[in-house]
Amino acid sequence: MSTAVEAPAEPTQEIKGRSLTQIAWGRLRRDKTFIAAAIVLVIIVLVAIFAPQICRLIGVDPYELDASAIDDSGGKPIGPWGGASLDHPLGVEWGTGRDILARLLYGLRISLLIATSATILVIILGTVFGIISGYARGFTDAAIGRFMDLILAFPFLLIVLALSGALTQRLTALGVPEGNASRITYLILVLGLFGWPYLARIVRGEVLSLREREFVESALSIGAGTPRILFREILPNLWAPILVYATLLLPTYIAVEAALSFLGVGILPPEPSFGAMLSESVQYFTLVPSYLFIPGTVLVIVVVAFNLAGDSVRDALDPKAAK
Amino acid sequence: MAGYVIRRVLIMLLLLLLLSFTVFVLFSLLPADVARLTCGKICTPETIEANRIRLGLDKSVIEQYWIFLQGVVMGRTYGQGPGAIVCNAPCLGYSFTRQEPVLKLILERLPATLFLAMGAFVLFLIGGVALGVYSALRRGRWQDKTVMGISLVGYSLPSFFIGLVVVYFIIIRWQLLPFPSYVNPWVDPLQFVQTMILPWLVLAVLYAAFYTRLTRSQMLETLNDDYIRTARAKGLPERVVIRKHALRAGLTPIVTAAGLDFAGLLGGAIILETIFSLPGLGSLAVSAVLSPDLPILVGVTLVTASFVIVANLVVDLLYAVIDPRVRLA
Repeated sequence: MSTAVEAPAEPTQEIKGRSLTQIAWGRLRRDKTFIAAAIVLVIIVLVAIFAPQICRLIGVDPYELDASAIDDSGGKPIGPWGGASLDHPLGVEWGTGRDILARLLYGLRISLLIATSATILVIILGTVFGIISGYARGFTDAAIGRFMDLILAFPFLLIVLALSGALTQRLTALGVPEGNASRITYLILVLGLFGWPYLARIVRGEVLSLREREFVESALSIGAGTPRILFREILPNLWAPILVYATLLLPTYIAVEAALSFLGVGILPPEPSFGAMLSESVQYFTLVPSYLFIPGTVLVIVVVAFNLAGDSVRDALDPKAAK
Repeated sequence: MAGYVIRRVLIMLLLLLLLSFTVFVLFSLLPADVARLTCGKICTPETIEANRIRLGLDKSVIEQYWIFLQGVVMGRTYGQGPGAIVCNAPCLGYSFTRQEPVLKLILERLPATLFLAMGAFVLFLIGGVALGVYSALRRGRWQDKTVMGISLVGYSLPSFFIGLVVVYFIIIRWQLLPFPSYVNPWVDPLQFVQTMILPWLVLAVLYAAFYTRLTRSQMLETLNDDYIRTARAKGLPERVVIRKHALRAGLTPIVTAAGLDFAGLLGGAIILETIFSLPGLGSLAVSAVLSPDLPILVGVTLVTASFVIVANLVVDLLYAVIDPRVRLA
């Protein structure tokens, strides 16, 4: 904000009303941090999607056991840096000789799959419950509110750990394929089911003020029903806070998924995941530090890139931001 | 105010009841046969059956829950005759694998968790708020950008990764500190500090990042308010303006987050307690998951959840103290 009074410049172009989307997009395009983070993210997502093709191109395979790369007796990778060579650019796993680079790429794929699905689940549940809670007020609002308090009071990590075995079996019994398919489904479900109250609170707060606005009143006066008001009138005004929350939630879930796999309730070998790789590294990192640092660094880069992008999106969508 | 507090405490108790019931139902899904785990290797079907009845596992979940509640209020006796085990009120259950009342186990583990939580809390709150204020005052300059950049990375670091990296460099590679081995501070203060310093710092870095960002954005908002200009115009020293006016007005969300984070930490930093082998609630819970020891799991879950619920109330009451504009009703 400048304090000096300036003569109005000659309008070089026609003055137009701009939507929030246009303003935000304009700001994002000038934000160098966002551009950098976005480029990294696009690369990460592309790499995750095309992991099988990329691995074939380089000639590595995440499941293939390579006995020639490891020591016959102890299973120690031959050569420095965990047996890094032209065949295995980032080295191989202890004991199995599986390629680290390929496992990293496939691990990224699973991480993103779980984090994205869980985030979508949170958005759906959080938005629906938040809108209903904020619009209904009274008993419904109080009931949903206390229910959310209940969920938020649960020690999330502990419950997820304790129930993983039993609930994974139940999912299998319900027809989800056994093994990692059940485990992935379980992770997505628990992350989603325990995560939505935070978003629901944000949405509820927004709805409380939106419902008093004139456009809701006018919709009511032309006889619109409640579902129409909720989802056609109010919902479109909520996408900014929801988008901001989602962009910041996704990286959290990538880290949480890794933590859960680290504690042993996530993805099972031979399927690769960041957490499992880091968890295995504990046994060997005094001898092969790269087991710890390679997956750890990639994990941090992914999470930082998402957080940077999320931050920029939040600033860009903030009407109060003076830029 | 008094009416508000009473109402909130009642709601809190109700929430605790609801929570304990949910925990009971959730854990009844577990396939673990608790009775089978009670008698070690010499298990005849008769002993298992007898223990099942002794533990009340032959009853329905609802009945078991009712007996549990009675135990919390009045204490509970497992079995009859000379072999009976008495668990005094408040009885949170009895762990047959460890041959101890759950409450005793929890109380034994609480100090380590408590010290971890308190040390980290002091560090991250002071560090985070101070950096946030500094950053806000240097808004847009390189100091601000540096602090924000570092805090974003700190915010993004997964706790188990940074924990392992610290163990790798400080303890194994450079051998600056001995391997962690927890003792009570009054037994051996030096070893206590040597063990706790790394987990404290790791937690502080992870949490401070969030508080730096939160404090900065709060400060930026309040610094633009009119009363700040008024305070400056009155001739107040800048230090007082920032501390007593700008920071105080923006403190509410910081207190909310800090209260809940502290309660969460009291529930045991599961990952860091595992990495630094601290005998806290978190590692008790993990070992209970692995055994599996259902009574301990239920006990720890309830205690941890109660911390969060109580913290919620405390935070809400603190609002009125911090921000006189808030009226509780």
